[in-house]
Amino acid sequence: MLTKRIIPCLDVKDNRVVKGINFLNLRDAGDPVELGARYSAEGADELVFLDITATLRSKKTIVELVEKVAQNVFIPFTVGGGISSADEIGLLLRSGADKCSINTAAVKNPNVLSESAERFGSQCVVLAIDARRDIHKKDKWVVCIKAGTERTDIDAIEWAARAEKLGAGEILLTSMDADGTQTGYDIELTRAIAEAVNIPVIASGGAGTLESLLEVLDKGKASAVLAASIFHYGTYTIGQTKQFLAQHGIPVRPA
Amino acid sequence: MLVIIDYGVGNVRSVTNAFRHIGADITVSCDLKVIQKAKGLILPGVGASGYAMQKVAPLAKLICQEARAGKPLLGICLGYQILFDESYEMGTYKCLGLIGGKVIPIPPGRTIPHMGWNFVEPAGGMRLFAGMEKGKHFAFANSFYAEVQDADAKVATTEYEGVTLTAAVEKGNIFGTQFHPEKSGNDGLNLLRNFVRICGVS
Repeated sequence: MLTKRIIPCLDVKDNRVVKGINFLNLRDAGDPVELGARYSAEGADELVFLDITATLRSKKTIVELVEKVAQNVFIPFTVGGGISSADEIGLLLRSGADKCSINTAAVKNPNVLSESAERFGSQCVVLAIDARRDIHKKDKWVVCIKAGTERTDIDAIEWAARAEKLGAGEILLTSMDADGTQTGYDIELTRAIAEAVNIPVIASGGAGTLESLLEVLDKGKASAVLAASIFHYGTYTIGQTKQFLAQHGIPVRPA
Repeated sequence: MLVIIDYGVGNVRSVTNAFRHIGADITVSCDLKVIQKAKGLILPGVGASGYAMQKVAPLAKLICQEARAGKPLLGICLGYQILFDESYEMGTYKCLGLIGGKVIPIPPGRTIPHMGWNFVEPAGGMRLFAGMEKGKHFAFANSFYAEVQDADAKVATTEYEGVTLTAAVEKGNIFGTQFHPEKSGNDGLNLLRNFVRICGVS
């Protein structure tokens, strides 16, 4: 049986791992090379590396840092942040990434998804969606781009379904309302997207208690959970997390 | 010396990192002479079969010659899929034909790609799984899988939402894994150590 995945996320700025609240008020959380190696050895199922300054400064993701992190990471490794073309994905895959996540570039030019899937396979094309609740309508979320600084009119559910058709192999779904708050994932958003597509959905934003992880994997129908603060600051280890989930009937790979 | 065959189809770096981490004497090459001298060959790859066969074509004859002469060969993911007779991924492509069988789509009606960690159960006596006879979890990322039609091949399988998929194959000196051992944590590294031992270079 396929297991549910526990994925620590490294938000990287100026070669350091940082973590903020609702994408703001960043604080230092460690060295990406060290943290990556540690999570890989401790039994994390994947690692995500997001260059959170890339789009804002319109600079390329830090290829050299990706190479260094990859040298000690023996689990699937996704890199995102400011990726603008299939050529850049090719460069990152050669640098040791296994998958690349795209947000802004895919919104501006959806063909990036199909071109990348044709060249490298859908399995390495991850569509990242930063979604914010539309306060005027129930069960509606809009897509935000440029590291959350720009709101679009695009409906998150429709965008996810379209991206699957274009060749995305996975969706990394972040609730901007919940991100960094440690108050739980947006279950309704996650479930709505998971039910709209046939590709795996990684839930992100809001990880707090172990119950919140359980809830989004169970009720939210996510294939994987991404978390940052709770792992970086040592609230829970990967092992504790997996043990808790296993005790509650979620299939996990033993750490 | 083991050689990772670099034919321009993805994940060479990840595979190299993993073999270096376990202390294997390894090099990356597409040079015919280097491949001939190697004690063992690794055929990596991610992407689509047709593209891979096109890229591997200049080396295909030599790879088959070396494998048939008894040199250990390990295909990983796409490098595993092209060990078979043919692939039906985006067309029909003739592959290396080192193991009888064909590569077909995972039946629809389930989440595809088959992405993440799944439990792999090896058949008895598979040398690649020495020390892991009862099975372990390995990392997958595939939309196609191999239907093995070869009486001499031993097969490891994995269960995915009601279908049984081939996860790895072993036929004499020819080995292949649909999953990514280089991305399967400590168990994956142990599997690579087994291959290094089979090559007799550790």
